[in-house]
Amino acid sequence: MMRRIAIGLFVLLLVMRLAHRAHAVEPAEMLADPALEARAREISKDLRCLVCRNENIDDSDAPLARDLRILLRDRLSAGESDRQAVSYIVERYGEYVLLTPPADGSALVVWLAGPLMLLLGGGLALQRVRRRANAAAPEALSPDEEAALAEVLHRKP
Amino acid sequence: MIVEIGHFALVLALAVALVQTVLPLWGAERGDLRLMGIAGPAAVVQFVLVGTAFGALTLAFVTSDFSLALVVNNSHTLKPLLYKIAGVWGNHEGSLLLWVLALAGFSASAVWFGQGLPLRLKARVLAVQGALGAAFLAFMLFTSNPFLRLASPPMNGGDLNPLLQDPGLAFHPPFLYLGYVGLSMSFSFAVAALMEGRVDAAWGRWVRPWTLAAWIFLTIGIALGSWWAYYELGWGGFWFWDPVENASLMPWLFATALLHSAIVVEKRESLKAWTVLLAIMAFGFSLIGTFIVRSGVITSVHAFAEDPSRGVVILFLLVVFVGGALMLFAARAGALEAKGVFQIISRESALVANNLLLCVAAFVVFIGTIWPLVSELAFNRVISVGEPFFNAAFTPFFVGLALILPIGSTLAWKRGDLNRSAFGLWPVAALAIAIAGLAYAVTSGRTLLGPIGAGLGAWIIFGALADIWGRTGRGDLAGRLSRLTRLPRADWGRIVAHAGMGSVIFAAAAMTAWVSEDIRVLKAGESFALGGYEVQMVAVNDVQGPNYSAVQAEMRVTRDGAEVVRLYPEKRFYPVAGMPTTEAAIDYGLWRDLYLVIGDPQEGGGWAVRSYIKPFANWLWGGALMMAFGGLLSLTDRRYRVAAGRGRVPVAAMLGTSKG
Repeated sequence: MMRRIAIGLFVLLLVMRLAHRAHAVEPAEMLADPALEARAREISKDLRCLVCRNENIDDSDAPLARDLRILLRDRLSAGESDRQAVSYIVERYGEYVLLTPPADGSALVVWLAGPLMLLLGGGLALQRVRRRANAAAPEALSPDEEAALAEVLHRKP
Repeated sequence: MIVEIGHFALVLALAVALVQTVLPLWGAERGDLRLMGIAGPAAVVQFVLVGTAFGALTLAFVTSDFSLALVVNNSHTLKPLLYKIAGVWGNHEGSLLLWVLALAGFSASAVWFGQGLPLRLKARVLAVQGALGAAFLAFMLFTSNPFLRLASPPMNGGDLNPLLQDPGLAFHPPFLYLGYVGLSMSFSFAVAALMEGRVDAAWGRWVRPWTLAAWIFLTIGIALGSWWAYYELGWGGFWFWDPVENASLMPWLFATALLHSAIVVEKRESLKAWTVLLAIMAFGFSLIGTFIVRSGVITSVHAFAEDPSRGVVILFLLVVFVGGALMLFAARAGALEAKGVFQIISRESALVANNLLLCVAAFVVFIGTIWPLVSELAFNRVISVGEPFFNAAFTPFFVGLALILPIGSTLAWKRGDLNRSAFGLWPVAALAIAIAGLAYAVTSGRTLLGPIGAGLGAWIIFGALADIWGRTGRGDLAGRLSRLTRLPRADWGRIVAHAGMGSVIFAAAAMTAWVSEDIRVLKAGESFALGGYEVQMVAVNDVQGPNYSAVQAEMRVTRDGAEVVRLYPEKRFYPVAGMPTTEAAIDYGLWRDLYLVIGDPQEGGGWAVRSYIKPFANWLWGGALMMAFGGLLSLTDRRYRVAAGRGRVPVAAMLGTSKG
């Protein structure tokens, strides 16, 4: 009976995500050159801490995130461009490490879904609204209806 | 004994829910008054029974009854009372019980406040509510029973997670659940209307208050969660685009769309089928959110302790209820003929655009949330969809929404005059652009995000002011002012909620764009400059809390030599759970928050200290509160109070209206 079902998942997932969030970039890791450090921080925000849940390496306190931060700073200090440093990390850890999905192949779907939906929905809505606006003019009554109306209007109460 | 009473009440509630589902539905088909009449009392009894069960569980938590497995795993005798109570819903089983309690509460409210409803519609609404209740009660009793006893109770419990021992998070889940579950009312009204084959202005008037109530709760729940993340996580982020957050954002977006389209049904008898569909979708996404959160499928890449079997049950319920409702919709939507006609330039069209943008935004969130799973299963490609994606893909639709909002809300129904609306809004547009320009100049052009946010925020807020002023008609100032005080509360609600939205947009942009951050090692006595302030670490002390021990820094913040505030950031350790937490010290202000965090002790002495100045942070939560308050104003509008109080009608007459 003592299944470990106790801690609700809602809570658990939240917590697993947050447990390591206490402090991320340590002062000792930071580069002396402020421009280089700023670049490193910017790139870090788009790299996933691979053992965490939906957390970038800049925010994560996990040891792996720390290793990645230091690796990234080493590459940048060695004079690599942002792109070179990132692709080096992607080569080693796979594209899963990128928090922004690449815009190619099947991953294109996430990028195109919104705009396509807007076009499709917008087109449909416009067509409906147009039809609606055209239907605005009331149709003329048929002769039978005219007769019925006249009868109703002239009937004595 | 009390626990057994609670358990028994829960089983009884399931039986009552089944009765509440079957008999009224049958009665509504046959036109049998007595069978339909069962729905009301059954809903109230169900609420009382589930309330009893909830009370029993709460009592077990408060008295630390460690013969209950749930209490053992989520409580501790040393825990403060508030968190003992919050522990009731700080876990899967208890939160499910709260979910069902909210569901039964909404059904009972429909009985109490819905006295003017046609009997047949009411019977069907309550029957659908009953079916939902029965499904979730069965789910709880058969797979996640909160009342399971232990053969040998331990001496003490395992404690609630320390991160959750916090007033913000104690009340976050109840609000969120009230929001999720409140949408079930919109769903039930939609399904009942489809059964009747009729949607009219009266239906719009009945469904809108429930949607509004759910929306208010959702708004507050999301804001509380965001605020909690801000002060508790130690670096002042407020939104992470995490699946759990997205799960609450999607229903909110749909509920917002539904709120607006229900107005069109109520006032103009148009967009009926669409509104019914939205009501189904809004609750459907509540269930999808529940599924995402509890099954853990979305995050399965690094499995923690999720239980897929629960996910399967929720998925099954989702398919049955939403699938069933959609099939009913496909069969009956054609019968919902629209009456009101409108031109392309009209308030109706503006609301269609609002709905379109909100739904597309929700769709983007949905695709982004599930795509990692789909990609892995279907394309064998493991990718991440994270914060940068959502910021880039979601924001444009919200910017579009912000742009059309002031124009749409000043357009006339049926046939609007764009020129006239634009005429009133020119000053607002000029003001917004001026503010954006000023923001750009003052911040020396570091980023465009801040100025755009400031411009959009100003556009919406001043647009709302222009809107309410426009409501007062023509004439001299005194006349307009006096009319201003007599405007319906719904108008005020709209203005306040829209202005709140503007404040949220502005604050989100400002906090992201203009934050200043500092990370350094500091020894006691040392100080540093932070954006015009001087921060000095006076001392670092050990302190003892009721169920934790902590390292606490005393930080003195001065400006031009004068003391502004003393802040006490802490690093806590909870021995029972074995977990450290960071307690940021925040000096809240109208224009900025000062946010200090103490980290680990460093080799060679000193402590890691991070400090932030978060500009306009309180405008975010203030804006969210304004939105909720606007909703509340709208909810108390006279027309709903009148509709609710219109109760004392003979039964035969009410049945007559439902037949007609």
